[in-house]
Parts: sequence; C-alpha cells; structure tokens
Amino acid sequence: MDALVKKRIKQVLKGDQNAFADIVSLYQHKLYQICYRMLGNKQEAEDIAQEAFVRAYINLHTFDPKKKFSTWLYRIATNLCIDRIRKKKPDYYLDAEVEGTDGLNMYSHIANDEQLPEDAALQMEFQERIQHEISRLPEKYRTVIVLKYIEECSLQEISEILDLPLGTVKTRIHRGREALRKQLNEL
Amino acid sequence: MSTCPQHIFEYMHEYLDGDISREHEQELKQHLKTCTACQEHMHQLSDAVAFIKSAAQVTAPPHFEESVMKRLPRPKSRVGIQKWLRRHPFLVAAAMFILFMSATLFGSFHDDKFSVTKQPNLIVEGQTVIVPKGEVVKGDVVVKNGDIVVEGEVDGNVIVINGEYMASSAVVTGQIEEIDQMFEWVWYEVKRMSKDLLAPLDKEKN
Repeated sequence: MDALVKKRIKQVLKGDQNAFADIVSLYQHKLYQICYRMLGNKQEAEDIAQEAFVRAYINLHTFDPKKKFSTWLYRIATNLCIDRIRKKKPDYYLDAEVEGTDGLNMYSHIANDEQLPEDAALQMEFQERIQHEISRLPEKYRTVIVLKYIEECSLQEISEILDLPLGTVKTRIHRGREALRKQLNEL
Repeated sequence: MSTCPQHIFEYMHEYLDGDISREHEQELKQHLKTCTACQEHMHQLSDAVAFIKSAAQVTAPPHFEESVMKRLPRPKSRVGIQKWLRRHPFLVAAAMFILFMSATLFGSFHDDKFSVTKQPNLIVEGQTVIVPKGEVVKGDVVVKNGDIVVEGEVDGNVIVINGEYMASSAVVTGQIEEIDQMFEWVWYEVKRMSKDLLAPLDKEKN
C-alpha cells in the first residue's frame, strides 16, 4: 500500500489531480472515523475530514516521503478537529455538548419533562452510548483515546501524529482511561 | 483505595499499555491478590478499554471521495505558469537578461570615481570639465561624478552623471542630460543599450 501511495503522491505533485482520488479512497474511512469519534457529529465529521484531505492536497509538497503518509494525514485531521472543538462554532448541532455542562447536549435544552439526562444516557443504544462517553472526555484525552483504541495506533505513532513526547502521550492515555472509568461508573 | 501506593496505579496503566516490566507485573499481581479495592479499580479500567474498543467501525458516506475531489482547488496555477514559461522562452531569456544587466548597472552606479570621455580639446580642472571658448568638441561628452562647464561648442550630446551642467552661451547640438538618480541612470543605460542594439538594424533598413 505504501508503494502505491508514494506513486500517487508523485503523480499528484506532477500535476495529475486525479491521482489524488486514489489516496482519498484509501484513507477516507480511517480519516472520517477519527473525525467522527472526535467530534461526535456526522455532518461536522464529514466536513472536517474533507477539509483535511483538501489541506493534504494543497500541502502535499511539504510531506516528507521518507515518513509514513497516514501519520502525516492523521495529524492534519486531528489538528483540524482540535481547532473545531476549541472554538465551537456558532452553528449548533443538537447532539453537540453544551459548554460547561459536562455532558449535557442541546437535546437536554429542548423542553422535555419525561426524562433526566442520566436516564437518557441509560436508554441510549449501546453504540450511541460509546460515542456519548467519548464526547464527554476532555479534548486532550479524547484525542489519544480515539487514536489508541479506535484507530489502533501505537504509542509511538500517536506521539508523531500529535507531535508530543512519548511520555506525554502515555500520561494522557493513563488519565484518559481514568476519566473514562469514572464516567462509566457514575451511573 | 487511597491507602494504596500511587505506583500501583501507574503499574496498572503500564500493564494496559503493554509495556510493563516483569518486576512491576509481579508486584502488581501480588498487590491485586491482597487488595480488593485495587482489583476493582483494575477491572474498571479494563472494562473502560473494552468498552471503547467495542465501538463499531464507522465508514465515510458514499459520496465522500467525489465531494473531496470537487473541493480541491483547480490545479492550473502552478502548471499554468510552467506552461507559459515553456511557451515563451524568448521572453524568459529577455527578462533574465534585463535582471542581470540591471544588477550590474546598479553596481556600477555606486562607482563614484570621476571620469570623462576623452576628447582632445577638453580641459580638466580637478572635478570640473571645461569646454573652452572657441573650441568645438566633436562627439558626445559624458562626465561622471563631476561638473561640466561649456563655454565653447559641443557637436554631440552632453551627459552629466552625478554632477552639474553649467553653461552660459554654449552651443550643444545634441541633448543635454543630467543624471543623478539611480533610476534615471538605469533608464539612461537601458536607452543607450537599446540604441546600440538597434543601430545595426537601422543601418540594414537604410
């Protein structure tokens, strides 16, 4: 796969835009998954994942072919996701978390006297609940947990993707696991 | 739980990361055998990991690739410039020529030595060139970094670079130019060069 990717990169750099389609096709699901798990929202995930590919295309000449392409690509995507999380844009999504409410989302703002948020969490489908718990993690821990347990990146890879020392990555994963453990045992 | 040493929790995470040393693992196992609180903690951590790992793989929507390709900027800009350069080799060569020439011109402008075109009947007094009364100088006179006083006649152009032209009742058949700005100097040099270059063509026409 690496050889194919490198060949396509060369073609794109020579001006063959269509060669980029193969690169998108190869990484689209992985990249979309990172964005979806980070942002917890399909529309946003699609938008950011597409943006990541566009940025990769524009900056392809800065990619060092000696390195792993996926690491470079994931880095663009995680940076975009982190930016998006930090400056939550003014357009609201119903299942986006409301700042300072620790896990409450816009659904809980809609007049609803039937259930409390905790009950809602209990009744969620299992998969929804996983995403819900990921979204409740602080962004620092969410990133490493998603890369480690959903993308199954090695600690070394995560350190390269996030441009953080290995020790910091480990600490964040440890804290992330602890935070998750706490969340899961709240109910 | 709070009574247990902090390093036990660190070992738990080392264990979960899969990079625990044998000694640490032994110690952790020994501790877990005796401490139910830590056992519980370890269980919860493992459960949390298993919980996240059970997240289903999500896939990008079907039109994803197409949408990305539509969002890419048109590739023409860089390729366009390259094409243009390839199509107009003469213009590129001319541009390069002018670039290098102007570089040398800028360089020579700073040369502030006094100099004057050698003509047999000119008088030079220090930094001043004098065309004496009653004398006729045939040809152009170029004075660099000095002044010129014309009292007689010049049958040609008078050009003063970085200096002054002074005349009372002089007769100059050609043009008089005073150049003391870099741009004028360059402009003058370019004009001169193009005249030189075009001169043979004019002759051919005639």
